[in-house]
Amino acid sequence: MSGFGETLLDATDETVRVRFVVNGRKVACEVAPRDTLVDCLRDKLELTGTHAGCEMGACGACLVQIDGRAAHACLIFAVQADGARIETIEGLTESGVLADLQAEFHRRNALQCGFCTQGMLVNAQELLSQVAQPSREEIRDALSGNYCRCTGYEAIVDAIDAVAKERMKARSAGGGGT
Amino acid sequence: MTTPLTSLDRPNSYIGRSVPRPNAKRLLAGRGRYVSDLKLPRMLYAAFLRSPHAHAKIVSINTEHARASEGVHLVATGADLAKICTPWTGTLDHFKGMTSAPQWPLPLDRVVWAGQAVVAVVAESRAIAEDALELIEVDYEDLPLVVDIDGAREAGAPLVNPGSAHNICFRGQLDNGTVDDAFAYAVHVVEEEFSFARHTAVTLEPRAIVADYDPAAGMLTVHHGTQTPYQFQDLYSRHYGIPEARVRVIATDIGGSFGMKLHVYHEDMAVVGLSILLGRPVKYVADRMESFVSDIHARDHRVRARMALDAKGEILAMDVLDLTAIGAFSTYPRTSVVEGNQVIRLIGAPYRFKNYRATLEVIFQNKVQPSQYRAVGHPIACAVTERLVDMAASKIGLDPFAIRAQNVIPDDAYPQTSPTGYRFEALSHQACLKRLRELMDYDALRAEQADVRKRGIYRGIGIAAFVEITNPSPAFYGVGGARISSQDGAILSLTPSGEVRCLISVTEQGQGTEAIISQIVADQLGLAQEHVKVITGDTEVTPHGGATWACRGAGIGGETALQATRALKRNILEIAALILQEQPSALDIVDGEVVDAGTRKPRLPISEIARIAFFRSDTLPPGTQAQLTVSHHFAPQGYPFAFTNGIQGCSLEVDVETGLIKLLKHFIVEDCGRVINPMLVDEQLRGGIVQGLGAALFEECRYSETGQLMNGSLADYLVPMPMEMPDIVIAHVETPTADTELGAKGVGEAGTAAASACVLNAVNDALTPFDATINSIPITPTKVLKALKRF
Ligand code: FES
Ligand code: FES
Repeated sequence: MSGFGETLLDATDETVRVRFVVNGRKVACEVAPRDTLVDCLRDKLELTGTHAGCEMGACGACLVQIDGRAAHACLIFAVQADGARIETIEGLTESGVLADLQAEFHRRNALQCGFCTQGMLVNAQELLSQVAQPSREEIRDALSGNYCRCTGYEAIVDAIDAVAKERMKARSAGGGGT
Repeated sequence: MTTPLTSLDRPNSYIGRSVPRPNAKRLLAGRGRYVSDLKLPRMLYAAFLRSPHAHAKIVSINTEHARASEGVHLVATGADLAKICTPWTGTLDHFKGMTSAPQWPLPLDRVVWAGQAVVAVVAESRAIAEDALELIEVDYEDLPLVVDIDGAREAGAPLVNPGSAHNICFRGQLDNGTVDDAFAYAVHVVEEEFSFARHTAVTLEPRAIVADYDPAAGMLTVHHGTQTPYQFQDLYSRHYGIPEARVRVIATDIGGSFGMKLHVYHEDMAVVGLSILLGRPVKYVADRMESFVSDIHARDHRVRARMALDAKGEILAMDVLDLTAIGAFSTYPRTSVVEGNQVIRLIGAPYRFKNYRATLEVIFQNKVQPSQYRAVGHPIACAVTERLVDMAASKIGLDPFAIRAQNVIPDDAYPQTSPTGYRFEALSHQACLKRLRELMDYDALRAEQADVRKRGIYRGIGIAAFVEITNPSPAFYGVGGARISSQDGAILSLTPSGEVRCLISVTEQGQGTEAIISQIVADQLGLAQEHVKVITGDTEVTPHGGATWACRGAGIGGETALQATRALKRNILEIAALILQEQPSALDIVDGEVVDAGTRKPRLPISEIARIAFFRSDTLPPGTQAQLTVSHHFAPQGYPFAFTNGIQGCSLEVDVETGLIKLLKHFIVEDCGRVINPMLVDEQLRGGIVQGLGAALFEECRYSETGQLMNGSLADYLVPMPMEMPDIVIAHVETPTADTELGAKGVGEAGTAAASACVLNAVNDALTPFDATINSIPITPTKVLKALKRF
């Protein structure tokens, strides 16, 4: 054995320690500078509910919430997210914030293979937090960065539309609210 | 007055009901188990060095530096894998004279398309494997290449496979009737040359595989994102010489497939070999760029077709030439000829005419292989036929509905044999046409079209009738010599607590297989659906079967489940009869209880029968052996295929300044026989239509003259996104097949089959005032502006 050659001491050996709050829990992990957040979530933290479809920001499969806003986990490096509060589908499911959307998606079969689904849910949640009563056109527009090969999108639009109405109703029944 | 309850009114009757899919909850919670999620102990990762050339000789490969890299476990070339894997050839016997060169996991001395995998690296992470790829030096010597259809057919063209005399993979002909006479006699003849671009599946989850060879047990386990696990069990066994019973293929959640994930891919075969060489699990997940250059592509046809009609607009004959370009190899084990074959056999399918002649030429070129993808051949056959019908209608001065009403095979004229040799059991074109006209509110749409045209808004209305091939029998691949099963199997067990577990060979890719199978079992047995657990996608536990391809899940898988359930029910009632000292025929099962068949009075819960049979067999009469597990196989007999039919319509707007097309609304009337779950059928139709609309307007794999794919990413290759897609209105006509008890036919490809034909007709309709026509798919803004002579 001739020992380590120059070529072997490369970027792959350097790892960086990053810390996040993921799904309400503090985590620390070692990542390579080139690891994207979606790689880190899936491989290091084993949160495989977040998917990668294109790794270039075009398909929306990797959407997660970063500090409360929907963001593409394929477009940011794990090191850039150091210190952030991240919610993935696993955490959003556990906390129940998506429960009505999930139930409506289920009821209307607004998914087939399910690979795009968590990205759709994260985006739907984002939309409904910005616009209380979006039109179908606005829903389609908001989803225009979420690719789904299986469904015809219509059931997804229907489900989001129905949840928007339900949430509105609940809000007004609750005496005005926000 | 009391009407007798039908099976649909009973509490446990599920056939025909829109119930949600039980497995969808798991996917919604981010708890899918896709192969790309899988991590096994000691697992390594593969990456592939790909050819930058579309055609080149491999002069030498230097892998020394890559092998020496830290974290790299294996670097393998074609020669390394050829030592343990036998080659495969994508031909079928019934395509006489068909040729294709043998294929190995990785090439031995020549690359034949840009993007072909050449060298494999296995390392501790995908990133390390990719780093090592950069240290590999391959010396190539460019060879002359062919990239387009015409170039490949020219005399003296460079040969894609140097062993053969030309670039023709297959040439076939159908000739039925006296076509020349019919054309000579015809009053009207319409003729057009069509082109259909290559496009590809773009499943959101790319291809994924984890091969895990255990040398101590001599056992290969492959977690494979595929729709046909049994086929791969057979292939891995035969090509790597491992006894079939020691090969296990597991296909759990699959992130989309559409036919793309049933072909043999070089990388997948290689990964199995790499795992065998290393005795460790090896994972490979294609990234999106790799998917574009290595997944099968589809379509890529050029069709010249003409249609002869008499003075009244009666179709007399069709004459067709289909040129299909299939890349450098024919795919295995289904071949790349099937699409062209289905094009020439489906052309004209909805119509009653006698004289038909078609020539099919399948041509090699230096590109990745096209092969079966959702609605194999249908969109092309449908677009060619329906465009010619529309052209004829406008020539003769008939309305598109009128000419179709005049020419479709009448609903009372079945059985019928098409001029291309397909036997139709019962179709419903007339009923569907009528229904579509109402559904679209056709007259109002026409009035609106005329109205807005006055203001310079150009709307188009298009309709397209189709026939879809479903429930294939062994008449196809079986007869052709491919080991592709057309039968399916189910094993049904009553559990000690009175629930049912159903192991079935049809697989789930999100279309709802588990849901419909549990509906059928629950319905036929008289159980609540939540007491039925369906297990799919594991060759070690589920019985052998064809699984899910060519629209056979409901029709064949569903019938298998139905028959298996009836057998289990007979067995349960026999035991119940012994316990209750009754005749089995006097008993039935409703809502999990054995009841008196006449009065429906509950006698004994099924759980009690199970308890006695499993734990207190001593209390049963001597000689009783309770058979509470049944296994059953079903292969379709009767008609070779269960054909379905339907018709689509669309309304769109063409912006004549920009060439952009806005889809306003889409309609479909579809007849898939017995509908098991209307909601799932509708979603299949919508998904299929959107795939067809993507093909119609956006999708195209564009190559440079040197054979480089120029738009191999999701930023460059356009797919249908929510904003561009219309709402889709659906109606059904139900003509169950009499070949099965269930009566279900397939529906997965119906949407895709006619969507692009519809759009093509609608765009041409919109352009009528300009005397401009379009005959090529996808219909891009550039093509529209060119047709308008504005570009
Ligand atoms: S994977 Fe991030 S947008 Fe596609
Ligand atoms: S459900 Fe398969 S990609 Fe959307």
